[in-house]
Amino acid sequence: MESQTDPHDNRGQIDVEKASKPFPWFRAVCLVPLLIWIFVLLVGPHIQLFTISFIKNRHPEEGFYLGNYAKFFAEPIYWRIFLRTAVYSIGTTFFTLAICFPAAFFLAKVAKGRWKVGLILLVVLPFWISELVRTYSWMIMLRETGVINWILVNLGILSQPVEMLYNDYAIFVGLVYASMLFMLLPIYGVLDGLDDSLIEAAQDLGATRWTILWEIVWPHSLPGVTSGCIIVFMLALGNYLTPTLMGGKNSLYFTETIYNQFIVCWNWNQGAAFGFLLLILSGFFVWVGLKLTRQKLTEVVK
Amino acid sequence: MTRKPGTSVTLKTIYLVFLAAFLLFLFVPLIINGILAFNNDEVPSFPWRGATLGWFYSADDGQVGVFNDAKMIRAITTSLRVAVFVTILSLVVGTTTSFLFVRENFWGKQALYFAIIAPLVIPGVILGISILVFFHGIIGILKSIVGPELARDLARPLRPGGLLVSLGQFSFIGTIATLVISARLRKFPVEQEEAAMDLGASRWGAIFSVTIPFLFPALLSAGILAFLLSFENFSTTLFLIGPKPTLPIFLYSRLRFFITPEINAISVILMGGTALLGLIAMSFRGRSETG
Repeated sequence: MESQTDPHDNRGQIDVEKASKPFPWFRAVCLVPLLIWIFVLLVGPHIQLFTISFIKNRHPEEGFYLGNYAKFFAEPIYWRIFLRTAVYSIGTTFFTLAICFPAAFFLAKVAKGRWKVGLILLVVLPFWISELVRTYSWMIMLRETGVINWILVNLGILSQPVEMLYNDYAIFVGLVYASMLFMLLPIYGVLDGLDDSLIEAAQDLGATRWTILWEIVWPHSLPGVTSGCIIVFMLALGNYLTPTLMGGKNSLYFTETIYNQFIVCWNWNQGAAFGFLLLILSGFFVWVGLKLTRQKLTEVVK
Repeated sequence: MTRKPGTSVTLKTIYLVFLAAFLLFLFVPLIINGILAFNNDEVPSFPWRGATLGWFYSADDGQVGVFNDAKMIRAITTSLRVAVFVTILSLVVGTTTSFLFVRENFWGKQALYFAIIAPLVIPGVILGISILVFFHGIIGILKSIVGPELARDLARPLRPGGLLVSLGQFSFIGTIATLVISARLRKFPVEQEEAAMDLGASRWGAIFSVTIPFLFPALLSAGILAFLLSFENFSTTLFLIGPKPTLPIFLYSRLRFFITPEINAISVILMGGTALLGLIAMSFRGRSETG
């Protein structure tokens, strides 16, 4: 939002004011839907979620109640699933970064002309496709009767099919696959804006390839890396589809715990407390990410 | 070129092999998913047992195709209705909000901007449960005001179902639409609107005859984006559905119990549809950013 943040650029501002002055209705017409959106769909619901997490299920008359949060810390199963989910999301974020950075570099700096346009289209297209279809595609690859097993058995590598789905590795593959593009695109964006002449100058001055990567390319890519990591972490943390479809019976995920409290146990107060804990965790990581790279949320989403 | 002549050939080879593996990882599962929709077998796997279109059209008991599966069609219809509603809502509110943020200055603007950006970093599951409990609370208040009899009728649309699903999805899709539309609006030369007004147009007339047409490429790509995001949404929708599931929720419940190539067939339809819409959106998006 450059136009508002620069206080010295008055010229555009005066025009805008002149244009909007004889038109008081305009602001009201635009403001009403925005306020409804913010208060009825965002602020109100989160306040309500926060409030009911401090009420005892089926006993609202008891007033302020900390038991929903106490239960989380008292019963190891809950905080273990919570930690597991956090570890999975962090792992997914780093692994996705590791495989997407080199690919983004290729798209931005090595591929040229038509090749570049074609490759970008090719890489972006799969991610318009529904998450469910993408998860399902991996399920039929990894299943006991699936494609990978069929290939391995036919090649004689396996004597009989092995179940490759329904375990923690499968969840990991699914999470990485679901979030790759959200890492690739922001990094591609910043690397594409990096001037080639900077790299050439460094080469002329005798820098090695690793020095160039570490001293020029990496620092320049940090804003993109941050937005990528924030989005991927959040998507992995909030994912319900992949862990429940690809994970085994014992590989519980925190979103599943929330779902169980809401829909299976019908204990909304407990579910709300768990939901808030998840929100705090994701908010905390977003905050850390922004602090580490000294960015603002409103800049990262652009 | 950023590489010097004579740098290590091994490194270059490793890099190229990595890139090839990256592309294979991306595409092989989707391509195989598509191919197996046409395999004449009850299990979506190889070996190839001959081509068939049965998983699209058949009405046999053993091989129900997508177009003869009443439940599947119902789920597609539900999803389409929700997606159309969310798209219209996102475009209208996205446009008015963009005008507000790009053109106007008022107290609290930054706070409001932050509030609509927030849904991008709130997990979808949380958006779903918070809207569920909030509307449940509203129904409770309604009951205490007008009595349970009248509240039952008044509150019907506020219970889990089509409206709540749409509002839940809109809560974050609206943000994305606003970002796309305001990026384009910021490039609009305000003088053009003034020129139209000098020539006798009213302010509304100027907006509808000059500004909105200028926004068209952004509106189109924001609309397609909103439609696709709504159609495929899972996490937020999961908590807000009533008796009629949307397509992703319906497919999810199928996948947990039995898998037939019918799901590959619907995958092919979805992949074709999204690829087409995605290409249109991308070509217009390119135009809206350069134009």
